[in-house]
Amino acid sequence: MAELGHDATSHAPPREMPEMELPHGHSFWTTYVFSQDAKTIAIQYSVTAISVGLLAMVLSILIRLQLGFPNTFSLIDPSAYLQYVTMHGMIMVVYLLTALFLGGFGNYFIPLMIGARDMAFPYLNMLSFWFYFVSVLVLIASFFVPGGPTGAGWTLYPPQLISEGTPGIHGGVILMMVSLGIFIVGFTMGGLNYIVTILQYRTRGMTLMRLPLTIWGIFLATMLALLAFPALLVAALMVLLDHLAGTSFFMPAMFSMGEQLPHEGGSPLLFQHLFWFFGHPEVYIVALPAFGVVSDILATHARRNIFGYRMMVWALVAIGGLSFVVWAHHMYVSGMNPYFGFLFATTTLIIAVPTAIKVYNWVLTLWHGNIRLTVPMLFAIGFIFTFINGGMSGLFLGNVALDVPLADTYFVVGHFHMVMAVAPVMTIYAAIYHWYPKITGRMLHEGMGKIHFWVTFIGAYSIFYPMHYLGLMGVPRRYFAWGETAPFIGDDVVMLNAVISIAAIAVAAAQLLFIYNLIRSRKHGEEAGPNPWQATTLEWQTEHTPPTHGNFGKELPVVYRWAYDYSVPGTKYDYIPQNVPPEEVEMAEPAAGAAKT
Amino acid sequence: MAIAIAVVVLLVATVLFHVLSPWNLTPLASNWGAIDATINLTFWVTGLVLIAVNLFMAWCIVRYRYDENRRALYEPEDKKLEAWLVGLSTLGIAALLVPGLMIWNNFVHVPEEAHEIEVVGSQWHWYFRYPGEDGVFGRSDPRLISDDNPLGLDPNDPAGQDDIIVMTPRGYLPVDRPVKLNLRSRDVLHNFKVANFRAKMDMLPGQVSYFWITPTRIGEYDLVCAQLCGIGHFAMRGSVHVVSEEDFEAWLARQPTFAELNGQREPDLAAGQRHYANCIACHGNEGQGNQLLNSPAIAGMEAWYTKRQLAYFREGIRGAHPDDEYGRQMVPFATLVADPQTERDLAAYIEQMPPVSVEQTITGNARSGERLYRTCGACHGRDGEGIFGTKAPRLAGLDDWYQKRQLQHFQSGVRGGHPDDHYGPQMRDMSKILVNDEAIRNVIAYINTLTGHEQSRALPELAGRND
Amino acid sequence: MTITLVFLAALLAFFLGWVLSRTVNVEPWVADGGSINDHLPEILTTPRVGLAIFLAVASSVFALSISAYHMRMDWGPDWLSVPSPALLWVNTVILVLGSLALQWSWNAARRDDPAGRRRWLYVGGALTCAFFVGQILVWRDLTAAGYYVTANPANSFFYFMTGLHALHLLGGLVAWVRTVKRDRDDTPSDVVCTSVELCTIYWHYLLVIWFILFALLLTT
Repeated sequence: MAELGHDATSHAPPREMPEMELPHGHSFWTTYVFSQDAKTIAIQYSVTAISVGLLAMVLSILIRLQLGFPNTFSLIDPSAYLQYVTMHGMIMVVYLLTALFLGGFGNYFIPLMIGARDMAFPYLNMLSFWFYFVSVLVLIASFFVPGGPTGAGWTLYPPQLISEGTPGIHGGVILMMVSLGIFIVGFTMGGLNYIVTILQYRTRGMTLMRLPLTIWGIFLATMLALLAFPALLVAALMVLLDHLAGTSFFMPAMFSMGEQLPHEGGSPLLFQHLFWFFGHPEVYIVALPAFGVVSDILATHARRNIFGYRMMVWALVAIGGLSFVVWAHHMYVSGMNPYFGFLFATTTLIIAVPTAIKVYNWVLTLWHGNIRLTVPMLFAIGFIFTFINGGMSGLFLGNVALDVPLADTYFVVGHFHMVMAVAPVMTIYAAIYHWYPKITGRMLHEGMGKIHFWVTFIGAYSIFYPMHYLGLMGVPRRYFAWGETAPFIGDDVVMLNAVISIAAIAVAAAQLLFIYNLIRSRKHGEEAGPNPWQATTLEWQTEHTPPTHGNFGKELPVVYRWAYDYSVPGTKYDYIPQNVPPEEVEMAEPAAGAAKT
Repeated sequence: MAIAIAVVVLLVATVLFHVLSPWNLTPLASNWGAIDATINLTFWVTGLVLIAVNLFMAWCIVRYRYDENRRALYEPEDKKLEAWLVGLSTLGIAALLVPGLMIWNNFVHVPEEAHEIEVVGSQWHWYFRYPGEDGVFGRSDPRLISDDNPLGLDPNDPAGQDDIIVMTPRGYLPVDRPVKLNLRSRDVLHNFKVANFRAKMDMLPGQVSYFWITPTRIGEYDLVCAQLCGIGHFAMRGSVHVVSEEDFEAWLARQPTFAELNGQREPDLAAGQRHYANCIACHGNEGQGNQLLNSPAIAGMEAWYTKRQLAYFREGIRGAHPDDEYGRQMVPFATLVADPQTERDLAAYIEQMPPVSVEQTITGNARSGERLYRTCGACHGRDGEGIFGTKAPRLAGLDDWYQKRQLQHFQSGVRGGHPDDHYGPQMRDMSKILVNDEAIRNVIAYINTLTGHEQSRALPELAGRND
Repeated sequence: MTITLVFLAALLAFFLGWVLSRTVNVEPWVADGGSINDHLPEILTTPRVGLAIFLAVASSVFALSISAYHMRMDWGPDWLSVPSPALLWVNTVILVLGSLALQWSWNAARRDDPAGRRRWLYVGGALTCAFFVGQILVWRDLTAAGYYVTANPANSFFYFMTGLHALHLLGGLVAWVRTVKRDRDDTPSDVVCTSVELCTIYWHYLLVIWFILFALLLTT
């Protein structure tokens, strides 16, 4: 059935899009290093992102060691602790999740899934990766400057960001801002590509409503990122000016460490508004591609169409749009005009409705399905469970009055790790187990995959679920230690933290197993064939596995149907690839009429 | 299959944890019970949805597990079902939002009868200000903040003269009277948080934020900072005492006003020199100390620090611990100078004594000590010169054997463990960064190389007056 | 944030209209002969769409800066407006002329008149450089008159926003240099025409941004 795709295109009507000129590499350097092939760039992005993500994971283990076993490690002092916390957060959110979902998955799947040969601007695409790579190097360089990286938290709030008493206020914070600047410029190049490619290079028949949800998620997330990152850029430039030129955009008159500072009248809240104007959409920059990917994986492995595709698309659009008008829910207790609370609590809870729809539709996709519990499917189910739980705690935090006791406590830490760390990472794993066979031609080892899943799923839940209760109790976040001076935080909290830390170490170990699996299966994995999951989307219908430069054979595929024709009644197989024309669908014996419902 | 079981088991564990968890809301001590009630309501609503959706999912996984002889149902959408789900979700969310907004409406409207106090955050301490008899706060300006005027009050504003300034991180509130807390910061962002009050708010430099509560239970509550404010964030502690109306008035009457703090006469160095005769026997003629008598060098010690320590010795806050045998020796001498003027003169005299060079008795790796010292330096200054703003005394030029003993005392609670020691707890938390003897020796070896005691210092006068 | 939100609302309304027009009443599960297509109209060529997206990003930067400008202005009493030197008017005229020159270059390119295309391309570049020099003079004069970047938030914003504008123009000049290079070597005429066209649109856009910034500085 897999070769059917190629046959189908050979006598299809000619394409309407002009053939792209593919910049082929002519040497090792232009083929593997400065490659302009989106797939190579995707792998470069992914490997870089996962490597820097591993660094952030090591930082999280150091954080957990301190919290679980305080006063044990001489290496971890309050400065180092805050630096670990800051770099862990920033790396995970921006340099791992954003880069992997958009730079990695976006580059690999956009051209393949929409039936294009490559991105619209391959040269820009290559530049985009190298900008990202340099931004990562600059970020890591901040570990080696005097004073180390910034320790102001990933939220980078001034005035503490650049005033005495915070670690890394000299080289560290400058490198952080420079790195973010480079990242944003690089991302803009990539983002332009993703949008333009999706708008212009969809193959014949690939209408908007036939796009796999993965593409919808990446498309909308990229739009959010393109519009939201400028807020971070503007804030970063201004804060650098405050720091280096002595302006007062954000810096008020203050008496720091026994000295008056030269600033006058700046507004720290202005920074927070700019930061969260980026920061909240950033959550959805990570979440929307995850929503898309998980939808496709659920449909494929449940052998059922995604339930309510149109609702899913509109929900994505609605979430994306609304994400720009909820930013101040991060600032309920920031000292801003408290009347904003009414507005932002309302918009925030409204966004829960389209999100709930997505959850229902995922579960309803399983309902009446024919579920294969493959490793990607396990991760997808793990995603649903984690995401529901994290989403529920969001209803506490979004509701302004309830946020007042819970803000800045471990409740928040538990919540955002559940929705925007564990859930998207579950999706990333689901995606990697799902698409690795296409990317390498070999399956990942299933046994190791299952161990990886179980430890990650149970482990991550036991890390982050109990944290909510510490938060309920009022334990503040970003504390190096709880000491003995606040009786309301007792020894039992330290005990619970030790348990959480042990779970964290187990989860980290499981990720190493995954990395081993990735490397090992590259050579020793079972041969996958072109379409091991019997999926419908175009990337599984390529002539070669892994796809060669240019993705498809001589002719681009033509799309006749949506991406979710699973278990169509009366057909011979329980899936019909998107590029199979209606008249070529093989019918079950005895032939039972049309393939359509 | 296993995953369905796992989902159910995790759900059960989730519910059990919720019911059995000893970690839960702290006992309520303010009027914001409605917040607790809505949190509980939200637990019920979200909990039911969580259980229902996940159980349904688990059931689907079992019921619709793979069977090659079966086909999944082809059903692109079901508008009616989706409309129902959207409608029900919207209703549920509205049911949570409405009480939330009603409480918030209450939260933003401060009752007219509320009295006002001011809390000022500073790296890493708390100050309180009460409006005094006239009930009006004097004007303040961040540009007027100095070590002598920690809250930046305008000395020419008549309304500010009777303002009561509390320099210790311990505030008092009368029970059952609504209070509006005006929040400011001297430096970076902080957040005034007492878990039992439920309400909290960030404190910002350059603006006043606020919230209001009615304390409902007499007691002492932990005050913590809930906005990352630098290295000492985790040790920025204080307490709020909710007391009866009479106790509150009595406490308030004991506090000095801004005018009284400003009106003290200059210390008399000649008198200070006479009083120093009591100290010579142990601390030496030039304040050089004597290790054989376990007396550290004190020449050039900050007056505010001397006064704080003398008061602590006298009041049994320091030197009273059974394991503090050398501290105990200091107690009678501190009592000798109990008179405030005597103490001021003496402290001023010690402060102007030129620092002596101390002998190094402890060796360690100063290079590893330098890294450890970055935490200490946040409060004590990069050169160990001491910073009044962070309430941290000079370290450079102190006897190393004395420092080591004090660090050990802080770690074991011999020093800083008394409930009335406002600054000890912070130092106790910090001293634990030095996880072993080697770390202590290394950091002291580094402090031995510091030269902060040779810098000329502008010394605060107001300092430590009502410690 | 109002300005940013208005900008975003306009973009979103446009986008929503487009999405809805292509998705409402579409039954995605219906298969067909593969003839349906919903690509953008012919006039939106790939380079144009790319530029449009980039302009949306740049607009977001400027809208956010303007929002920040307003928020900071309303924040404290320390705002002292910057005087607008006469030279700024001269610079504005130069920028308008630069934009016009590029427009003529584009017109010539469409008429297939390589000489005119090249002439006006050069004039446009020269005028843009002149604008740069003019801006540097404005900054120098203001600094000399005591309007340092740190003296007042209004000054800081003046330098910040004019600097941001200049930075975007500098990026435009990079594209201009590439266009000149293409114009001089044997690049096919239609490719050069596209380059000239993109430069022209970008210059017009930056001119509009300049008008907005200038008006903002004049009125506040």
